[in-house]
Amino acid sequence: MALSKKDVDHIAHLARLHLSDAEKARFRKQLSDILAHVDALQSLDTTDVPAMSGAIFEGSRLREDIAGDAMPREDLLRNAPDRENNQFRVPPVLD
Amino acid sequence: MTTQYEAVVGLEVHAVMETQSKMFCDCPVVDSTHHEPNVAVCPVCAGMPGMLPVLNKAAVEFALRVALALHCEINSTSIFARKSYFYPDLPKGFQISQYEQPLAVNGWLRIPTESGELRVGIRRVHLEEDTGKLTHLGEDGDRRTLVDLNRSGVPLLEIVTEPDLHTVEAVRNCAYALRSIMRYLEVNSGNLEKGLLRIEPNISIRERGSQALSTRVEIKNLNSFRSLERALEFELARQAELVDAGGAVQQQTLGWDDVRGSTQAQRSKEVAEDYRYFPEPDLPPLVVDDKWVREIEADLPELPQEKRKRFVEMVGLSDYDAGLLVAERSVAEFFDAALGAIHKADAKMLANWITGPLFELLNKDGYSIESLPFGPEPFAELVDMVASGEINASSARSVLSEMAANGKKPKELVQARGLAQISSETDIGELAERVIQKNSQQVADYVAGKDEVLNWFFGQAMLASQGKANPTLLRQALRVQLDAARAQKEAS
Repeated sequence: MALSKKDVDHIAHLARLHLSDAEKARFRKQLSDILAHVDALQSLDTTDVPAMSGAIFEGSRLREDIAGDAMPREDLLRNAPDRENNQFRVPPVLD
Repeated sequence: MTTQYEAVVGLEVHAVMETQSKMFCDCPVVDSTHHEPNVAVCPVCAGMPGMLPVLNKAAVEFALRVALALHCEINSTSIFARKSYFYPDLPKGFQISQYEQPLAVNGWLRIPTESGELRVGIRRVHLEEDTGKLTHLGEDGDRRTLVDLNRSGVPLLEIVTEPDLHTVEAVRNCAYALRSIMRYLEVNSGNLEKGLLRIEPNISIRERGSQALSTRVEIKNLNSFRSLERALEFELARQAELVDAGGAVQQQTLGWDDVRGSTQAQRSKEVAEDYRYFPEPDLPPLVVDDKWVREIEADLPELPQEKRKRFVEMVGLSDYDAGLLVAERSVAEFFDAALGAIHKADAKMLANWITGPLFELLNKDGYSIESLPFGPEPFAELVDMVASGEINASSARSVLSEMAANGKKPKELVQARGLAQISSETDIGELAERVIQKNSQQVADYVAGKDEVLNWFFGQAMLASQGKANPTLLRQALRVQLDAARAQKEAS
């Protein structure tokens, strides 16, 4: 399955990536190749195989509802590129 | 809106499951509206690489309570999915939600409306995680957004109804009913202002009589029931006007602006939503075994609409009174317990004393019924004292406020304050006689045919008794004595 240039634009937008025209052309080829490779699976007859949602077949292990300790705020905010009022500060987003 | 159109509304409701810890990590759930920011966060809910979610049992149990109360089919295996989008409130870049195989589907609830009970379908009920909280600050070049992750990963229940609601009243009652059910189930406190409960209507209109579904608009940012009603009215009128003018409704999400009283476009989207849902690889399927589901079902409390029915059909209350009593579980339980404790009063009188003087007291002093220093038994005792004539209604009201202030038993208070009603016929007769003898001018008026002077005598006598006279007996005694004076005059 070959991707169109528009598909690549769309995927790049969803990932918030700015790509040059050269990159778009390169990724379009690479992504198309990956999809073509996966397409080989379509030749298998899966009529009687239930859809698989993951590789773990046991059901969820549930955790008891007991609150523990949060991480020290300073450790958390050390990951922030910028901070204000003990919060992460990011470029403005329209709401 | 003109009567030519019919509203078609469905609700999407998000309710925080008020557990102790978050959905996928053991960070405490805190009040994100006024708690110190970023103090209930760990590597899991901060979305740090390599962290793995572990599902909170209570979140699943709370969700099952709601799903069962809404008569849903429970999927014994449900799947968590990643909903991908970039926004700073989601540190992972995706929200863990449920998509193709949600926890529960195909339920219903009954809601009261002016034209009788309405059955509203429930399309699905699923679990997802809440996002962080954003604060937008500054102007022009200084604009920035702050991120607090305390709310990130808090368990959230999404309930989607069928578009079965066709009037503003039905939408409001459906929202109330869902809120009330979740409060009864003790999974959500129902606070819209704090965003613990978020109600988002999907609104469209169609020609009356048509069965077609038209383009719908979703409304967000409703932080009170009043806003919900105003937004509905505004949006229905806007759509009708648009269609009347030959326009077409655009599918979009609008935000309600409470100050302007109108809906506003929220964020412009150049491209349609594309969330690329796929099964969450870090979580195995959620399997709920039937035994657990049956246990939760068996433990469900009697729900508001069932209680309302019972109060009307078995207890004999009016539908209106029953509705007032069942709105809060604590009030309904107070009524039930008091009903079991009364000997002389009847259910109707008890209901009136709760929805009247007791509610008045709660509203005035900002009490909740649970925080009162007296329980249903002393309250029943007080109402019984009124029913038997031991005290009159106005004394009972003042005893009630004292009970709220000091928690003392009504009998004690009545005794200590000498409020016992004067009900002996002899005492009442003497009281009437004293007042009549002192006021010869008014007696003359009555004798001359002014019947309304009786009320004046009644007031004087009640005052003289310091409000303790049995009002029925007093009025009767006054009338008898005054009529006797009139008869004497006519005879002479």
